[in-house]
Amino acid sequence: MTGKHAKAPLFTGSDWDFSLINRIYDTIEPIALKEMKLVIYPNQIEVISAEQMLDAYSSIGMPLFYKHWSFGKQFVTNEMMYRKGLRGLAYELVINSDPCINYLMQENSATMQTLVIAHAAFGHNHFFKNNYVFKQWTDAEGILDYLEFAKRYIAECEERYGQLAVERVLDAAHALMNQGVHRYPRIRPRDLKSEAAREAERQAYRDRIYDDLWRTVPVGARADAVPNEARRAALGLPQENILYFLEKTGPRLQSWQREVLRIVRLIAQYFYPQRQTKAMNEGCATYTHYRIMTALHERGWITDGAFMEFLSSHTNVVYQPTYDSGHFGGFNPYALGFGIMSDIERICLEPTAEDREWFGEIAGSGDPVEVLKDIWANYRDESFVSQFLSPHLIRQWRLFKIIDRSGESELRVDAIHDERGYRRIRRALAREYDIGRQEPDIQVVDVDLAGDRKLIVEHGVVDGVQLDPNDAAMVLQNLANLWGYEVVLKEVDAEQRKELKSHGAQPQEGWLR
Amino acid sequence: MHIVDRRLNPGGKSLVNRQRFLRRARAYVQQAVRDSLKDRSIKDLDKEGQVTIQRDAIHEPTLHRASQGGNRERVFPGNHDYMEGDRIKRPDGGQGSGSQAGQGEGNDDFQFALSREEFLGLFLDDLELPDLAKRRLIGGAVDGIRRAGYSVVGNPSNLSVPRTMQRAMSRRIALRRPKGSDLERIEDEIAEIEARAPPLPDDAVRLEALREERAHIVRRRNLIAYIDPVDLRYRRFENVPKPVAQAVMFCLMDVSGSMTEHMKDLAKRFFALLHLFLSRCYEHVEVVFIHHTDRAAEVDEQTFFYSTVTGGTLVSSALDKLLEVVKERYRPDDWNIYVAQASDGDTMQSDNGRVVSLMQNEILPMCQYVAYLEVGREEFADIETVGTMTGLWQAYAPVSEANRNFVMRKVHHRREIYPVFRELFQRKGVAERTA
Repeated sequence: MTGKHAKAPLFTGSDWDFSLINRIYDTIEPIALKEMKLVIYPNQIEVISAEQMLDAYSSIGMPLFYKHWSFGKQFVTNEMMYRKGLRGLAYELVINSDPCINYLMQENSATMQTLVIAHAAFGHNHFFKNNYVFKQWTDAEGILDYLEFAKRYIAECEERYGQLAVERVLDAAHALMNQGVHRYPRIRPRDLKSEAAREAERQAYRDRIYDDLWRTVPVGARADAVPNEARRAALGLPQENILYFLEKTGPRLQSWQREVLRIVRLIAQYFYPQRQTKAMNEGCATYTHYRIMTALHERGWITDGAFMEFLSSHTNVVYQPTYDSGHFGGFNPYALGFGIMSDIERICLEPTAEDREWFGEIAGSGDPVEVLKDIWANYRDESFVSQFLSPHLIRQWRLFKIIDRSGESELRVDAIHDERGYRRIRRALAREYDIGRQEPDIQVVDVDLAGDRKLIVEHGVVDGVQLDPNDAAMVLQNLANLWGYEVVLKEVDAEQRKELKSHGAQPQEGWLR
Repeated sequence: MHIVDRRLNPGGKSLVNRQRFLRRARAYVQQAVRDSLKDRSIKDLDKEGQVTIQRDAIHEPTLHRASQGGNRERVFPGNHDYMEGDRIKRPDGGQGSGSQAGQGEGNDDFQFALSREEFLGLFLDDLELPDLAKRRLIGGAVDGIRRAGYSVVGNPSNLSVPRTMQRAMSRRIALRRPKGSDLERIEDEIAEIEARAPPLPDDAVRLEALREERAHIVRRRNLIAYIDPVDLRYRRFENVPKPVAQAVMFCLMDVSGSMTEHMKDLAKRFFALLHLFLSRCYEHVEVVFIHHTDRAAEVDEQTFFYSTVTGGTLVSSALDKLLEVVKERYRPDDWNIYVAQASDGDTMQSDNGRVVSLMQNEILPMCQYVAYLEVGREEFADIETVGTMTGLWQAYAPVSEANRNFVMRKVHHRREIYPVFRELFQRKGVAERTA
């Protein structure tokens, strides 16, 4: 398809106004929806100032969030960096919600606004709506309502039980936030809207049936201990979602504390897909904006000058420093995602013999966007890299793999960009994006509720890499406080089942009221 | 798609979180502020500034894999000449060559900027002037009520009758409302004509005309109200903050030859801190500088701190001067008076009796607080103990014991100023002295 050619460019200077944003959007929309056939949530574009962008930054990009000091810490850091000029602000923020909310900064030039609309309002938006991880785990429609509920609920708790008491629970819950996600879709995603109604109902019920007399009723004799296996099964052990386990089983938590844990857990779950699809998400958005901006330029909608401005910013975004450049801080997700996706386009259109051998199914298919849309929908970073990182790219980036063994004084180069190394490099890089390997595997394995109630947590040690001991001790203290009894964390070698190390913590007196 | 302009939404969404963060890190931030003060010059005392605290203080722990130990594999871009099987020396900074992203923030200090208000707030936080509530100070500014013209709406009790009647009258005049006397006149005439026993020939016509006129007047009087709602005027009041808290601070300093630059510097810091503190507690603070040798003079700040005058030492001259100024300008009933005196303690023995009596009988009764700061040579800090007392110290000692609002301290080094200041004005300290 050729698309409509422009009689005159959309804009010439760098100034923009609201009608221009409307025209830009209306010009991009047919390219994105008709030509690329993207499927998106309806868009809502919000124009904000730099100061508001700073605010948004410090609450993980969400427009509303409950109050907590850690966001204040984020804020002072960002503010400091921004004031010193060490760090610019992002040009945009986009929220996975329905409608999809895009923030544009007022300081952006007209070209940048065009870029941002193409990038966020179409690229990210399409990814949010279609990728299976997001579909499985997040409820885009309910998230804003749920955050509203969470904010109000926590404010109410602060009123009822005091700011410090709530803050303590939140601190502890935040420490366990990464252990607060279901990694396997055992439980259906929640309808976040009904969450708020459910909690209100429960609270009303509690208020209604409250009777002080119950306190004075003597407690009957305990039931006999149940056998180990049955006991574990009844508690759903082993359980990797520690916050879920605490919420359901924690013997000494009050109901509001359970609800706070639940809030933190659900929010962690909401962000879980984003952690798994960083490179793909950014790659998708970057590829989309690149296509759209190029189309706009080819058809005369934007001037050469604007296109140059776009290119300069685009190349900055997808820049990948080499390991010895002094700026290297890991792979740039924009560069990786965009690199692989552009390479897929090349494979679809002009495959070499090597590509045909490696990517038989897509090589020469002639329709890169369809191929990419399928990939955007059905992969996450790890599977994406392990399937589509091509030898061509490995050579282009001159990737090499290093092995670092404990006990050896030297590092070993295990693979370089040659015939023997491609697959090994690809596998190793994919593993770096496997959240299941990068994050420690931690599970609640046993507790005897009828006995001493000692909670036993296990870390399955992979490759001999143990937990950071200082942080582990601090987190464990928080866990013990929430649990209310002794907690033991064992680091066990995943393969040999040998216990390597053990941490323990006792709850602090009077932590739980 | 629709566009929402959020730029005008209220900013400062993060303010609450920021405050909570500061509260959380309070102990550390406060220490950092105290430390940074030691090296600040007086002029910068109340500027905004950066503080650095240890990252540990506000660390948020998570369970994550250690950056050391174990077997690791990593992929890097930009290979130049490595071949498979090459061995590389492990780079400095531990294993896993290159920082583990997100974990490399381990040992840094955490640096951020405090606003001027936050800085001062923290700095002065746990201090409080003694006897602050005495005299006219009732918890800072109090709203007073002031007349502010008239308004067309208001409470019935605020109705301004004169103003309303005035408006009504001018409206009646402007609209030509017939007066009561006009009506009366016509009615009299009608009555007169009606009363005539044999009516005159044109009486009927005349009567007709008069009745018509009367009806017209009555109608007009009904249409144009005597007082209309538009005439109503109410007295308007507005709230104004009434400055009830005002203080004057007297800085007395000995500038005689025995005072070294170092001592003056110490004194200066003490005065600056006191002034800073007073200006937070009182809406209006005036400062009077009196320096003295064997004669005292009221001078401006520049002269006070930087001029060099030589001469003997007669403390009583300064106290005389102080009383004179108070008499002239600062009635003790209206002003909270604070006196801060700095001296090296050298004084003429003969003068001491007079100094003590002035202080005891005249100055202390009218003052909120008198602080005497004895500054010593830095190098004598270790040698001078409480045992070696200067003349003035000896003279003031009994005064200090007898009066709660007289305090004396000795300092040798700049870093001692702040602790002394804290000690002088600490809440607890006040409670103890009061008890």
